[in-house]
Amino acid sequence: MNDSQIRGAEIVIKSLVAENARYIFGYPGGAIMPVYDALYDYMDQIQHILTRHEQGAIHAAQGYARVSGQVGVCMATSGPGATNLITGIADALIDSTPLVCITGQVVSPLLGTDAFQETDVVGISMPGTKWNIQVRKVEDIAPAIAKGFHIARSGRPGPVLIDITKDAQIALGEFNYVPCLNIRSYRPYPKVEDHIIEKAAALINQAERPYVLFGQGVVLGKAEKALRAFLDKTGIPAACTLLGTGALPESHPNFVGKLGMHGNYGPNLLTNQCDVLIAIGMRFDDRVTGDVKRYAKQAKVIHLELDPAEIDKNVKCELAVLGDCKVSLEKLTEKVAKGNHPEWIMKFRELEAEEKRVVVGNDLSPTKVGLTMGEVIRHINEFKADDAILVTDVGQHQMVAWRYFEYKTTRTQVTSGGLGTMGFALPAALGAQLHDYNRQVICVVGDGGIQMTIQELGTIMQTKAPVKVVLLNNNFLGMVRQWQQLFFDKRYSFTELDNPDFIKIAEAYNFKVQKVDERTDLRQAVAEMFVHEGPYFLEVVVEKEDNVFPMIATGSSVEEVRLS
Amino acid sequence: MNKRYTISVFTENFIGILSRITLIFTRRGINIDGFTASESREEGIYRISIVVTTSEEQIIQLSKQIEKIIDVIKAFYYLDDEMVFQEIALYKIPIDSIDSGLEKVIRQHNARIISAEKDFVVIEMTGHKEETQELLEVLKDFNVLEFVRSGRVAVAKPMETIDKYL
Repeated sequence: MNDSQIRGAEIVIKSLVAENARYIFGYPGGAIMPVYDALYDYMDQIQHILTRHEQGAIHAAQGYARVSGQVGVCMATSGPGATNLITGIADALIDSTPLVCITGQVVSPLLGTDAFQETDVVGISMPGTKWNIQVRKVEDIAPAIAKGFHIARSGRPGPVLIDITKDAQIALGEFNYVPCLNIRSYRPYPKVEDHIIEKAAALINQAERPYVLFGQGVVLGKAEKALRAFLDKTGIPAACTLLGTGALPESHPNFVGKLGMHGNYGPNLLTNQCDVLIAIGMRFDDRVTGDVKRYAKQAKVIHLELDPAEIDKNVKCELAVLGDCKVSLEKLTEKVAKGNHPEWIMKFRELEAEEKRVVVGNDLSPTKVGLTMGEVIRHINEFKADDAILVTDVGQHQMVAWRYFEYKTTRTQVTSGGLGTMGFALPAALGAQLHDYNRQVICVVGDGGIQMTIQELGTIMQTKAPVKVVLLNNNFLGMVRQWQQLFFDKRYSFTELDNPDFIKIAEAYNFKVQKVDERTDLRQAVAEMFVHEGPYFLEVVVEKEDNVFPMIATGSSVEEVRLS
Repeated sequence: MNKRYTISVFTENFIGILSRITLIFTRRGINIDGFTASESREEGIYRISIVVTTSEEQIIQLSKQIEKIIDVIKAFYYLDDEMVFQEIALYKIPIDSIDSGLEKVIRQHNARIISAEKDFVVIEMTGHKEETQELLEVLKDFNVLEFVRSGRVAVAKPMETIDKYL
């Protein structure tokens, strides 16, 4: 044995340290035990967060990645440990979240023999990962991790899975970490072409009713300032997608609202009245477009996008501006004429007033007896810090919280957008909080979703992460119930829940708790939650059968957005 | 309108790359009509030809999603008239079917006998699918025991080469 040789397991940890990974979210088991053993000696250099389920680990890694902009790292054993990561992997791929997942695998001679806890995780995770690999030799470990980090974080980010056989973890090898900077078959940043920028500027300069739609690409590309400069110069109204929320402060004079099935009235409806549609770092998800055959047909579409596969995928564009949107926006801002569009923006404001009158008033300041989700968010806005992070799960509470939470800075919105993963919020909030213990992290979650990963209350307890959990409890799978009411004749098939005493559960996990079911107690309860320094669990019993509006029903066009 | 396309994919030699590529077709429910893989002119770079019948819109999306795979260097798509391509077909005929008629058929189709065994002969023909299919129809009168046709091997007519993408 050569003195400089170390075990593959230690190479795994040293590689993660070399990539400046701050946390590993994980769960040990047989096939990953050598790595956990090596970790024991590195606890001063990298922190491991023991979640209560591997799904919790990966969602926590996602929450951390989304808020920090860093690669989230998670670790699991072979077989069930690895398969429990799959939901999070699919979620991270569709929401472009950089992750490196490391899984243990049975010893290589047993591969393919149905050994104990063997599963073909490379095969299973293939359609869900940006890249994956199985490592069977100790000398391949560090290069695989280096390549994995590069792929996860560059270009359009995404999840990577590295499956390492136990014999490779045990074998001895040299550690010589070389970061991966280039892969010849992988071109993550298409070059922005100046002649395309010229054409885009010409289209924008001619436009009478130009309209900007921005998505998470602005956040991922760190193009928030560039977007702002572009909007300041051109005076073009701008609306955001679910994941683009926060990239532009909502107080910006050009900001007109949110897009999508439960977005704002004007931004959806007026999509079909603009003449030039400038889509920035967004992918025309069906929840944004409604019936795509009747989406913005009158408009010339300019698509600023990093991923060539997104061009013309859902909506055909007049002009594709491929490349990093920060670069494109900066170049474009130089070329476009100064302008303003007061009459056009006034149209948005008029519809905004109508939405306020018909929907928002009743949501935020209701006169009926039952509490609304909206008024809970109104009180959160009253007491939250400007840089507070909102983490939501999936369903009615997600849409209401998104509609009414006042987003003031970038990377304050964490939710499962593309995949719509119930159970995402609680572990993601933990990950978000671990990025910065001093930031407020508010986890708004429904009574359905919280029960999918409720065990992570234990991880929050153990880490003492001061997450503020706000459970909006209507004893229903509310969004499904809403659809059953509107489209399935009120046949409430398996959507009503007999719930446990959530307060007792949260208390058992050492949370400071409070339950509110009267309007008179709500404001004070929210205020107290923010004053408390540790983890807090606030349950608000809300109206059982409220609906989220506006709404674009499936198959409807954006201009058929309904206020009731 | 659906047409027959060949996608030419240049890839690194990476385990799992074929699965990753075929998954893109599976996901959209597109049947693969033909598939061949071999090393290209560049050592270590593999060339995969996939034949599908689909619309132009789909073929563009498919090519872009294939190209998005990390270890794929480049994916091109071509219509039949933009390529020079061949397929090889083998026909196994029992020895007692051989007569002067068979010899004539073989000559007419530019096929040849590549192996003669005690009980059978193997006829080989290279050409487009329509041609090898036509021979199959004719040979049915001679009691074809086995028939197999390869995927397409194809080179593109445009003068672009893969070097510029490396």
